[in-house]
Amino acid sequence: MIRFKVNGKEKTFDGDPDMPLLWYLRDVAELTGTKFGCGMALCGACTVHQNGAAIRSCSTPMKEVGGAEVTTIEGIAPMHPVQKAWMEIRVPQCGYCQTGQIMQAIALLKENKNPSDQDIDTAMSGNLCRCGTYQRIRAAIHQAAKETA
Amino acid sequence: MKLIENVSANVSRRGFLHGALVGGIFVLSARFVPQPLWAAEGEAAAAAFEPSLWMSIASDGTVTIVAHRSEMGSGSRTALPLVVADELDADWSKVKLDQAIGDPKYGDQDTDGSHSVRSSFDLMRQVGATGRVMLISAAAAQWKVSPKECSTEPHFVVHRATGRKLGYGEVAAAAAKLPVPRKEDVPLKPRSEWRYIGKESNSLFDLPEIVTGKAIFGMDTTMPGMVYASVEHPPVLGQKIKSYDDKAALKVPGVQKTLIIETFKPPHQFQPLGGVAVIADNTWAAFKGRKSLKIEWDSSPHAVYNSAPFRKTLEATSRQPGKVVRNVGDVDAAFAKGGQIIEAEYYTPHLAHVSMEPPVAVAEYRDGKVVAWAPTQNPQAVQETIAGVLGIKKEDVTCHVTLLGGGFGRKSKPDQVAEAAVLSKQLGKPVKVVWSREDDIRFDFFHSVAAMYLKAAVAPDGKPTAWLQRTVYPPINSTFDASATYADDEMGLGWNNLSFDIPNHRAENGPADYHVRIGWLRSVANIYHAFAIHSFADELAHAANKDSVQYLLDLIGPPRIVSLTYKEEEADDKQRYPLDTARLRRVVEIAAEKSGWGKRPMGKGRGMGIAAHRSFLTYVATVVEVEVDGKGQVHIPNVWTAVDAGTVVSPDNVRSQFEGAAVFGTSLALFGEITATNGVIDQSNFHNFQIARMNRAPRHVDVHIVNSEAPPAGVGEPGVPPFAPALYNAVFAATGKRVRELPLSKTKLV
Repeated sequence: MIRFKVNGKEKTFDGDPDMPLLWYLRDVAELTGTKFGCGMALCGACTVHQNGAAIRSCSTPMKEVGGAEVTTIEGIAPMHPVQKAWMEIRVPQCGYCQTGQIMQAIALLKENKNPSDQDIDTAMSGNLCRCGTYQRIRAAIHQAAKETA
Repeated sequence: MKLIENVSANVSRRGFLHGALVGGIFVLSARFVPQPLWAAEGEAAAAAFEPSLWMSIASDGTVTIVAHRSEMGSGSRTALPLVVADELDADWSKVKLDQAIGDPKYGDQDTDGSHSVRSSFDLMRQVGATGRVMLISAAAAQWKVSPKECSTEPHFVVHRATGRKLGYGEVAAAAAKLPVPRKEDVPLKPRSEWRYIGKESNSLFDLPEIVTGKAIFGMDTTMPGMVYASVEHPPVLGQKIKSYDDKAALKVPGVQKTLIIETFKPPHQFQPLGGVAVIADNTWAAFKGRKSLKIEWDSSPHAVYNSAPFRKTLEATSRQPGKVVRNVGDVDAAFAKGGQIIEAEYYTPHLAHVSMEPPVAVAEYRDGKVVAWAPTQNPQAVQETIAGVLGIKKEDVTCHVTLLGGGFGRKSKPDQVAEAAVLSKQLGKPVKVVWSREDDIRFDFFHSVAAMYLKAAVAPDGKPTAWLQRTVYPPINSTFDASATYADDEMGLGWNNLSFDIPNHRAENGPADYHVRIGWLRSVANIYHAFAIHSFADELAHAANKDSVQYLLDLIGPPRIVSLTYKEEEADDKQRYPLDTARLRRVVEIAAEKSGWGKRPMGKGRGMGIAAHRSFLTYVATVVEVEVDGKGQVHIPNVWTAVDAGTVVSPDNVRSQFEGAAVFGTSLALFGEITATNGVIDQSNFHNFQIARMNRAPRHVDVHIVNSEAPPAGVGEPGVPPFAPALYNAVFAATGKRVRELPLSKTKLV
């Protein structure tokens, strides 16, 4: 039996310990804001926070989340300054990757209150966007940083 | 169960649009007498004008507008209802959207070809304006005044003389009893009175749900009692199962059973590929179970497919005369005169779509009918495909459309939805089919590999007197007709409509066989056609020792309407969208000016390139600036794009589309390549089919929209074609290396 927290709520899991956290969140916990994109930690669509740090839930097996505090997009109280900036800059096109982008950006701003372009590139280049919203993502992170400063 | 509620809410909402009165809400549409002013038969028909199809107004003032196009990130779901709301003079904050199911009554619903706004703009205006006239009539009758004394402000009818007001909700029930006015009695707003069309403040309807994770994509859809399926497809197109062993797979926790999906009979169309499906309690168990399947596959004629020799075949064909698709003057006579002759060959590989949401669908077969939920660009194709595969009537297939996590043309093809329906019929319960990224890349409807041959005779002043261009690739039509080898349908995508002022010109197309499924990918054949034409144009500029921008303007020639041959179905293009070189020249001039072309010092390893291409009736010029570092890696500090897309509904969305097109263009120019070995696709995920990440994408994309009152043209795709040639021309300017194949990663620059 694996015990952990999702968005502050106590959870237990006694299924396949190899099941990635992603599929637990989506298929078992019905928290579908976290997206499946590649299954290999190559695209970042599945990004959530484990004890505050951004992780790829598609490559994190359930056996590694015991005792952890997991936060998904549903656990971010809207409108977080990052979400607000995403709205104002009108970042999303299709929107599918954006919850992963937002979770990555929130984790970045927690570590680095005033990231440079280079810092943003480094932190965000693991998150793919096929629609190509990178320019607006960068602008939105700068704006959110200003707001939280 | 949030998702199940979502399903039933959708169904009941749809119910009231068809005329029921729900919970005492009066619905404008309920009493509309359907009086089609123009209606056409058949599937690809223009949508009938029947306002009740498109909108309703509840007594609380809530306006519900039907979005009949899919949202895949291009903004169609927002743009068309905005047009209705504008003419209705509705308050956008009181508007709800109802996503249409697939139904020919809406006309063509295929969200592709960058034509959602272009095809439906006039109809949506009329729908909104008709509602406004009826609301005014109802209010005027209540006040016992002439409708001519009344006007509207958002969500209110106003009696000008007395200042009295009635909310739309207050008069909706009375308005619903009025006959639908004739088209000639429905005035459209003058452009100056538009509140939403063309305004900067427009943003995507679904934006708040997207940023909070509440938006429902196909991947997020569920049905009560459903099971999950993952399908092991034949590695080579057309293979059948010889034998299989599922013992180990069935031992995986959560796996319920395995089922066979029959391999299609050619032509493959949008039918399921076939294979073995693993049915499980959740997605992960289905994926895991699949890894333990042992399958022996039959042979397929497509196992001969190897990319390197296939390239040689295409190139050899491109050196031979092909089918003439456009002829001006006499290129052979001009070549015979001698002078300077320049030839070049270009090659572009297959590409995969890799929308961030892989193909996925939920379907339930029950009592001879199917209900499906899918992220589809074309719900009517879902109906037709499932009906064909299961042998039922297409009217018995209900296709609900979710948000799409990207589409780019892949999701016009509903093979995965048909898989879900086929499996549900076998199982007797709803099935969710989830494709892995590996499935998505290996079993795409690929953007075609292509070879192009170009030849020009150049006069002493540097201008070409003759221009021959040949293109060869497996056509998209091979998906529908296994014997198709000529790309007749793709010729209008940048090949039979060269806009250059050259006295002798011939465009040809050579034959090619297919060995994988070929399909549309954002801007389609324009990608390789524009790459060849605009690379070659730049080669001629340099051969003539001329500035690339000035040379391009000289090639385009004086402002004029270019004489083209139009097909019957392109009558509207001929009438309303003639190829106007004045508009093409203008975008070239603007892009050059904005980029500071010729005025900015470039320095070592830096350069700028330009290309201008009209596609989907939109004129686009793009300047790309590159910086090639000591390792030969290409960085893109700046891109400037000028766009003339005619009348624009949401300018910021247009900018988004062209910013995105620059990134999409970067992906295919720098990285994208799909290859096959013995019929099996070599790539499988983002490590070996790379797309641009933030650190390799253009750092800054500046989009300039030309202010135009011309009819609306395409927006989603036209930004892509000029990007790769502009980038390659910039690489030439920076390094002196002329690269003639995509992607650039295959060529060492230093």
